[in-house]
Amino acid sequence: MSTPTSGRVRPAMSLDTQFFWDAAARGELRIQRCQSCGRLRHPPGPTCSHCLSFEWDTVAMSGRGTLYSYLVLHHPLPPGFDAPAVVGVIELEEGPRIISNVAGVDPATLRIGEPLEVLFVPQEEGWTAPQFSRPAVHDGGGSSRTRL
Amino acid sequence: MASAQAAIVGIGATEFSKDSGRSELRLAVEASLSALTDAGLEPSEVNGLVTFVLDNNAEIAVARNLGADRIQFFARTSGGGGGGPGCIGLATMAIETGRADVVVCYRGMNERSQQRFGQPSGYAGAASSISTQAVDNSWTMPYGQTTPAANMAQSARRYMFQYGATSEDFGRVAVTQRAYAMNNPNAFFYGKPLTLEQHQASRVIADPLRLFDCCQETDAGVAIVLTSTERARDLRQIPVRVAAAAMGIGPQHHNMAPVYRDDIAAAPETRIVGEQLWARSGLRPTDMDLAMLYDHFSCAVLMQLEALGFCQLGEGKDLVRGGELGPGGLIPTNTNGGQLSEAYVHGFNGMAEAVRQLRGTAVNQIAGARHAVATGGSHVPTSGIVLTVD
Repeated sequence: MSTPTSGRVRPAMSLDTQFFWDAAARGELRIQRCQSCGRLRHPPGPTCSHCLSFEWDTVAMSGRGTLYSYLVLHHPLPPGFDAPAVVGVIELEEGPRIISNVAGVDPATLRIGEPLEVLFVPQEEGWTAPQFSRPAVHDGGGSSRTRL
Repeated sequence: MASAQAAIVGIGATEFSKDSGRSELRLAVEASLSALTDAGLEPSEVNGLVTFVLDNNAEIAVARNLGADRIQFFARTSGGGGGGPGCIGLATMAIETGRADVVVCYRGMNERSQQRFGQPSGYAGAASSISTQAVDNSWTMPYGQTTPAANMAQSARRYMFQYGATSEDFGRVAVTQRAYAMNNPNAFFYGKPLTLEQHQASRVIADPLRLFDCCQETDAGVAIVLTSTERARDLRQIPVRVAAAAMGIGPQHHNMAPVYRDDIAAAPETRIVGEQLWARSGLRPTDMDLAMLYDHFSCAVLMQLEALGFCQLGEGKDLVRGGELGPGGLIPTNTNGGQLSEAYVHGFNGMAEAVRQLRGTAVNQIAGARHAVATGGSHVPTSGIVLTVD
């Protein structure tokens, strides 16, 4: 089950969130980090809700995580999708949770807690959607990352 | 101690339909006039108006169509379906503080025939301005998590995973409420039974939620009139006193998709509301004769029962399995059929049902009902009220 490369709802980007999408376009999953207390936070915002610092930078994530929850939207099909959308809440191994598609899986086989890894799907409208899929099986030689 | 107390003295509604054929303003005004007639008050006596931020009917339009020429107080609640009891709470504060004497709370919407919710546009934010809501939506909508049902489904899935609840448990909420609606001539599903088998056979909307887990979409207006308990003594109806009102926003809230907080299989905003309601009213869940819990989705009823303290976390499913939401149960819930089976008017119809129960005029009357709790939607900025007859 591939996921759309056009026609999706396009994200609105603010000065607090632009970095996330810029990083995705480069093939990086970057998450905001408080420079005062060091906590990671997602979705990004201007302050740290723990220490209220406005100072932040960003950190590249490993791209590995586990499935925390998921839904399969059958009706109505969302913009850009011509098949039910499989949307997961992925808990990154660094801690933050992120919502995205789980690509390339039969949703009937999804299990909460199963490992997933990020992939990046450029969109025709000029932005890139970070998504997740099951880790490729390493057979000693082939590509380790699914490309959809 | 406030110098005055507030009471609901009038309720009014249009018919509940899928295509009203009338403007939303007309629905709001019809419902308001109906509620004022019910109370025995003249429209010219209205000096306060309260509604939802997303109601399309401006206060000036409602005021001039009611012939209300001296409005002293107007306010709105945010948070979509969470705001209904919040409207009653704002009206109550205005009356308690002397800012207004007669307040009409109204909601008029052609939600089915005109402006349906959950219809995303191509872009999460307008090009010229970026609202926080548009930015929040950008973490869900591009991936197809575009509808209220989809947002709720993430929480429903965790509720099933953490507590062993099943789709059948959600179905039991729908079936219980349909049984109430079977007796309610105003309900869209009046006379139309629903079995658990039919629930399980209904189409999947946002897995794990099925069609009959979702509220309806309705064209309707509902209005509720409040005044002081002192003034209420001279009016037509048994006054229903607002014993407590409260609002709540929980931790790390993002639109209808608060999946970033520690526990997403719960309704912490409703817990915040409930703790205030019990503290201010001096009443407890065990004092309640019925509950009108905002049922945008069946699963949310279970999470709200837990958040309000009718049971512990994860035990809502046990209450519905045991028939405790039905007639004669521990806490009869959504006795008009709720938004699943009566109509979806952003919880205003549920509050009207609580008033009927306390007046003793409900179709599924609970004998001797004296105390009721009503909530706005969970998983959004929300609110609640405790109503009582003395």
